Amino acid sequence: MVTKAKDVTSEAGYKYGWHDPEFKPVNITKKGLNQAVVEEISAMKGEPPWMREFRLKAYGHWLERPMPSGFWGGNIQNYSLDFNDIYYYVKPVTEQGKTWEEVPAEIKRTFEKLGIPEAERKFLSGVEAQYDSEVVYHNIREDLKKLGVIFLDTDSAVREHPDLVRQYFGTIVPPNDNKFAALNSAVWSGGSFIYVPPGVKVPMPLQAYFRINTENMGQFERTLIIVDEGADVHYVEGCTAPTYSSESLHSAVVEIVVKRGARVRYTTIQNWSSNVYNLVTKRMAVYGDGVGSWVDGNLGSKLTMKYPSTFLLEPGAHGEILSLAMAGAGQHQDAGGKCIHAAPNTTSVINSKSVSKGGGRTSYRGQLKVYPGAKGAKSTVRCDALILDEASRSDTYPLMEIDEQQVTIGHEASVSKLGEEQLFYLMSRGINEAEAAKMIVNGFVEPIVKELPMEYAVELNRLIELQMEGAVG
Amino acid sequence: MAGSNGSGAGPLFVIEDLHVSVEGKEILKGVDLVVNRGEVQALMGPNGSGKSTLANALMGHPRYVVTQGRARFRGEDILTLATDERARRGLFLAFQYPIGIPGVVMGNFLRTAVKARRGEDVPVREFRKLLDETMDLLKMDPSFARRYVNEGFSGGEKKRAEVLQMALLRPEMAVLDETDSGLDIDALKTVAEGIDALRGPERGMLVITHYQRLLNYVRPDVVQVLFDGRVVRTGGAELALELEAKGYEWITNEFAPAAAGAEEGAA
Repeated sequence: MVTKAKDVTSEAGYKYGWHDPEFKPVNITKKGLNQAVVEEISAMKGEPPWMREFRLKAYGHWLERPMPSGFWGGNIQNYSLDFNDIYYYVKPVTEQGKTWEEVPAEIKRTFEKLGIPEAERKFLSGVEAQYDSEVVYHNIREDLKKLGVIFLDTDSAVREHPDLVRQYFGTIVPPNDNKFAALNSAVWSGGSFIYVPPGVKVPMPLQAYFRINTENMGQFERTLIIVDEGADVHYVEGCTAPTYSSESLHSAVVEIVVKRGARVRYTTIQNWSSNVYNLVTKRMAVYGDGVGSWVDGNLGSKLTMKYPSTFLLEPGAHGEILSLAMAGAGQHQDAGGKCIHAAPNTTSVINSKSVSKGGGRTSYRGQLKVYPGAKGAKSTVRCDALILDEASRSDTYPLMEIDEQQVTIGHEASVSKLGEEQLFYLMSRGINEAEAAKMIVNGFVEPIVKELPMEYAVELNRLIELQMEGAVG
Repeated sequence: MAGSNGSGAGPLFVIEDLHVSVEGKEILKGVDLVVNRGEVQALMGPNGSGKSTLANALMGHPRYVVTQGRARFRGEDILTLATDERARRGLFLAFQYPIGIPGVVMGNFLRTAVKARRGEDVPVREFRKLLDETMDLLKMDPSFARRYVNEGFSGGEKKRAEVLQMALLRPEMAVLDETDSGLDIDALKTVAEGIDALRGPERGMLVITHYQRLLNYVRPDVVQVLFDGRVVRTGGAELALELEAKGYEWITNEFAPAAAGAEEGAA
């Protein structure tokens, strides 16, 4: 029989919630944020003056900007996020490892538990592992390095490729874009820097893994990806954190430049523990005939506010946002995306699927904008929500601003309750209720999951199953 | 008849004084019906007489509320069991309107169902062979197994898929709810032959239909006529022919006084 869902906290299904008690950071700033902390971070990193200036200016913006409210954001003002109760910089190691042997044992153990070294051996072109504020391990295949592909942590890139970094840093997401972009710009640390030279196709994904270990930690990685004309890269990020009773903050900025005829796919499998605020600004600029896509999977965190954006700036540019969100007890996934058509014959697809259960809440928040003159622009927006029980909630907030006549726009949205008829059908074949619900949910998200490389599809299905355990029956 | 323990003794399936309501409205008003092992029974009756209600209630659909009576399957009262438990005991329902399940691949679904029914894993190769052979029998294209469950299926494909599931799950008691509706002549023949091939000395079938044409291929041992929530006639195969010739009107006229105001009951 169909029974009411039990109230299962997402911790019950969260297998990544351990922390490393032996871990002692090399350096840590005092809790809270002020100008001295910003200066201290910059000094510890030995940065050039222009970056120090950039940080201080951004700190000024952060002070001035209000918390997000109005259309964007998941009512952050109703949460208890306390900027004074956070460590803004936790330095885990003195030296970054080029081999896993060089990584301190207790940290290496964490990444082994997460399966990173194994994945690197099997199917990746390069790996970066960030632990709290700094990247502790970094490696890229030699053959790709020889082709001129740069894959570094952003701090190293500032030192080793200052001109390239300076040319693009903060141009796609300006420091005053929003309060959290300003915060990241002031205190950023770690993240990935990627440059792919013209025509180079990176054969297997580059992966970054972000791990928070310290309690009340703020992780502010900063990623900049520049893909030159006709080049191709797939970047994948994963994230987990210990389950603490107090809250942590993750606030990243990701900037991507997709030049003419280039292709970029940015895949996120976000699986923070449910005590983490995940407030991220991600944006890409796509030039002529380029293809930029976001595959954004949000399973963890307490509150996620994230709307990956694609700016289609020249004719023939194509953008894709595939968004998958799952919210359980105590979670709010406020996700979606933005596609901005600023040139003729640009095309975009937004496909969002969300599942809420056990009192969780999902929101699709999306923007489609077509500027005057973007003739022949085409866009399809589709968002589907599945609600597994009476206690859960889902909302759709689509924003459409179409200022050009000659366009083709499609929009479809659906919200459905876990189908009684579908459950009955599967159960009438002898399949128990929990398994039947799992099959229906997996089927529902299949259009997104099938876009992932096989290894990640398997991982994502497994994470969904973990979240579904005990959800029904 | 009492004391049957599910082995060989006693009738296979016994429905006693079954009353079922949907959203507070009583649709079945005391159905009595017995199906023996090896028997194929046709259940006929005009629209709204309660045929589909009986099918859904027996399988345990949550919207069909049993208010009185019993249904014993090999001696065991099944009405207290969850739907999946009934199915694992060997009860099967071929749906009149099978629902689509997006993203769930037919082949995976069928294997999961067979595994659940058998209570043990089915090796991939063995399952593959069984599936190919059965689909072949029902003239189904192999690509069928890679499609999503009932998604974008034509009427005929849906009904074939139901018979396919019945063949794979090998139920002891099968209820087929208008498996002949919405089929053209060729599809009807294939589906009907598929059903007839599943007759067996241990298996009971209750075939719900409006029309005689299915019964030309699947010859019933017993024909039951349901009207206004009760079985009002029981006979042999000739009863179906009589209904075909005379229509349901004579039944309606005969029993209408007892059912005043209830002619538009739920399906």
